[in-house]
Amino acid sequence: MIQLEIYIAGVMLVSLIIYMLTGGADFGGGVWDLFATGERAKDQRELITHALAPIWEANHVWLIVIVVLLFVAFPVAFASIGTALHIPLTLMLIGIVLRGTAFVFRTYDDQSETTHLRWSRLFAIASIITPIMLGVTLGAVASGTIHVDVETGIVETDFISSWFALFPFAIGVFTLTLCALLAAVYLTLETDNSELQEDFRIRALVAAVSVGVMAGISFLLSAEGAPTIRKGLGNSVWSVPFHLLTGAVAIWAIWAIWKRHYSLARVLAPIQVTLIIFGWGLAQYPHIVSPNLTFSNTAASKSVLQPVLIIVVIGAVIVIPAFWYLYTVFKGRDDQTGSLIEQDKTNN
Amino acid sequence: MSDLLAARAQMAMSLAFHIIFASIGIAMPLLMVIAEGLWLKTKDETYLTLAKRWSKGTAIMFAVGAVSGTVLSFELGLLWPTFMAYAGPIIGMPFSLEGLAFFIEAIFLGIYLYGWNRVPKTVHWLAGVMVLLGGMMSGIFVVTANAWMNTPTGFTIEDGKAVNIDPIAAMLNPSSFSQALHMTIAAFLAVGFAVAGIHAYFLRRDPQNEFHRKAFAIALCVGGIFALLQPISGDISAKRLAKHQPIKLAAMEAQWETERGAPLRIGGIPDEEAEVTRYAIEIPKALSFLVHFDLNAEIKGLKDFPPENRPPVAIVHYAFQIMVGCGIVMIIAGILGGWLAWRHKGLPIKSWYLRFVTICTPLGFIAIEAGWTVTEVGRQPWVIYNIMRTADAVTPMPHLIVPFIGFTVLYIFLSIIVVILLRRQIFIYD
Ligand code: HDD
Ligand code: HEM
Ligand code: HEM
Repeated sequence: MIQLEIYIAGVMLVSLIIYMLTGGADFGGGVWDLFATGERAKDQRELITHALAPIWEANHVWLIVIVVLLFVAFPVAFASIGTALHIPLTLMLIGIVLRGTAFVFRTYDDQSETTHLRWSRLFAIASIITPIMLGVTLGAVASGTIHVDVETGIVETDFISSWFALFPFAIGVFTLTLCALLAAVYLTLETDNSELQEDFRIRALVAAVSVGVMAGISFLLSAEGAPTIRKGLGNSVWSVPFHLLTGAVAIWAIWAIWKRHYSLARVLAPIQVTLIIFGWGLAQYPHIVSPNLTFSNTAASKSVLQPVLIIVVIGAVIVIPAFWYLYTVFKGRDDQTGSLIEQDKTNN
Repeated sequence: MSDLLAARAQMAMSLAFHIIFASIGIAMPLLMVIAEGLWLKTKDETYLTLAKRWSKGTAIMFAVGAVSGTVLSFELGLLWPTFMAYAGPIIGMPFSLEGLAFFIEAIFLGIYLYGWNRVPKTVHWLAGVMVLLGGMMSGIFVVTANAWMNTPTGFTIEDGKAVNIDPIAAMLNPSSFSQALHMTIAAFLAVGFAVAGIHAYFLRRDPQNEFHRKAFAIALCVGGIFALLQPISGDISAKRLAKHQPIKLAAMEAQWETERGAPLRIGGIPDEEAEVTRYAIEIPKALSFLVHFDLNAEIKGLKDFPPENRPPVAIVHYAFQIMVGCGIVMIIAGILGGWLAWRHKGLPIKSWYLRFVTICTPLGFIAIEAGWTVTEVGRQPWVIYNIMRTADAVTPMPHLIVPFIGFTVLYIFLSIIVVILLRRQIFIYD
């Protein structure tokens, strides 16, 4: 019988995947905002803003779900991560704050060229810091360098060495490239303007290749940087077919972008990201913070986990249809293509 | 500054910042839903404009509330890992439910803010109602978690570890009801008066402006009604304190001696060395009466508790006075407004009254900050009352002064921008 905590860990992994597919793409939007170039730079920015506006708040709640489940179900792991990774997490938080606020401030501040650009810059830079630091955190958790006394919960590692290393930063950049890929692929479908579409096609291709490169680098670095994960990724029965599958989807996605099959790419890129995160989750199992903390030795008691799972189920029943409604309201491309910001201006 | 002090300062600063935006997130949807409902009913376009303009201000506030809340959920682990390792599973129930409430709030807020032309009118209004419910539930759940820190229940201790955890009993601890009630009312009250105050300011310049008249009417009704309810719920809180946290009550009232027929003190300077309170105006036996409905009931004094278990008396006492003082001013504003409206059969827009309401603009928020200071500082030196000391909960991380300064600077920057943008939103239309 599967232990309750594994279900919770599964929910956390799924939340992380959804966070990457939705919130991650929002970060990617920031990346492309920074790299908006050429004569259509302004249109590119506007498209990005338009695509993000209504849903970024909701996307962002997935991260909170992960945090809450972590401290409810695996309190010692939460405490250890908060202690050993204080610095990258703090940097990530600053990124989250600046990103979220710069985005609304840009919409509601005066619409002069300079002000707008200033907020865009801040938004973009914060959008880059945040996923890198998220990746660094995950990389450090996977690296097996955070030593914790399971009995007392005392962290025996210092506050720097576990994350200030090549492997975590490689994962950080890897995460960023995934965000950029998702954003570029989604954006090809957010516009009817074929030139803009072409802009984001090129960007998607660049991102897809970068993802491949970073995946390779991360794998190479993991030999030294994260031996347990490497064992999981390299030697177990499921790993070879899993790698092949991920690789195949990745190549198929690049092909689809190349051939301008945007709707297909829109399906494949998220699948690729899902497989990557899922593979990481499997390789990480049974450790939540390797090497000492596992899901079972940090799990809260059954009397805690059971009600949480019930809430998760009730939550899913309420939240999924609501999300679906939100997306259908805003992602129908048939009605006005004029951007929401445009509308906002006229309302003013 | 010691690391413990830096951690406390950072937590307090982050919460003090978040609570403003959270209160707005709870209460603005009510104002918007009322305005939009009136539009649906009367077809008067002014109400629609009103709802739309309020919703723009709310969009800015909500974004800041959401990110500052995210910071808080991480800070629990970044600053208080020992506390969270102990308490996380026990108070996980309200936090999980809160996550659910956030989803509801954020999803429907997306529809509400950006869906004016995309969904049918009634659906749009209902989305507003969902935002309201989501916001209220978020606030209520998170406050029950805080209530648990005041009156921890739902577990037993074996070898220093919490076992036999009952998350539901923990959530329904003795403080939950009174704190959640008091906080929710506080949010409506503070936001009602803040909005009424802003529109009162414009009405003094332009008394016939339909837009400001309608806005003022709605906001003043909300603020006034909740102002009258607040002392009742405050009294419920005080009675609960007398039973469960007598030392906090004693600090609030700067009551050193245990005595029968204790007086209510207004003002005064508590001297923690000499263990007396000087220069206070004392209303004889009033405290005993308020807390127990009995002029001669016994009230516990601070001297009953060892000094190392006492909270900083002066801060708690002053904060309590400030909260109640602000509350009384707003109650007077509410009653006067009702009386003027009844006398003149219309909107109370006498110039002196508008000036009075304008002065009330910040009072609700000041009271909220003061009230939380009472609750949190009054619980010291404990982070979990009588179970875990704050000093034992803090992270071993050194140099905490750095993130404290960093977040302080960041939040000051955000506050300035928010004020500038709101001014723009308000003035653009006039
Ligand atoms: C608009 C804001 C506001 C106003 C006008 C008042 N309060 Fe308040 N008060 C709060 C806002 C608040 C608060 C910020 O919301 C607190 C902090 C924690 C809580 O649950 O509510 C609080 C806490 C708080 C506590 C401490 C509860 C605890 O430690 O758990 C007491 C005893 C009172 N209040 C009593 C009163 C009384 C007798 C008032 C008379 C008018 C009053 N409050 C007005
Ligand atoms: C669920 C809600 C809350 C939780 C879990 C919580 C938790 C904490 C923790 C862990 C601390 C540090 C320990 C301490 O110094 O007491 C703290 C301190 C503090 N919190 Fe809360 N808090 C909550 C709500 C609030 C709110 C809404 C405010 C108000 C704005 C607030 C104001 C403060 C203050 C002022 C301190 C510093 C106390 C001191 O320095 O003596 N708290 N809180
Ligand atoms: C330790 C204490 C707290 C934590 C960890 C916390 C956490 C959070 C988080 C993560 C969010 C963002 C949700 C989103 O993205 O939509 C948020 C927003 C919110 N919080 Fe807090 N919070 C705390 C204290 C409080 C208190 C005391 C209240 C009560 C009044 C409150 C009421 C709200 C509300 C109504 C929102 C909705 C967003 C908004 O309207 O701005 N929170 N909080």
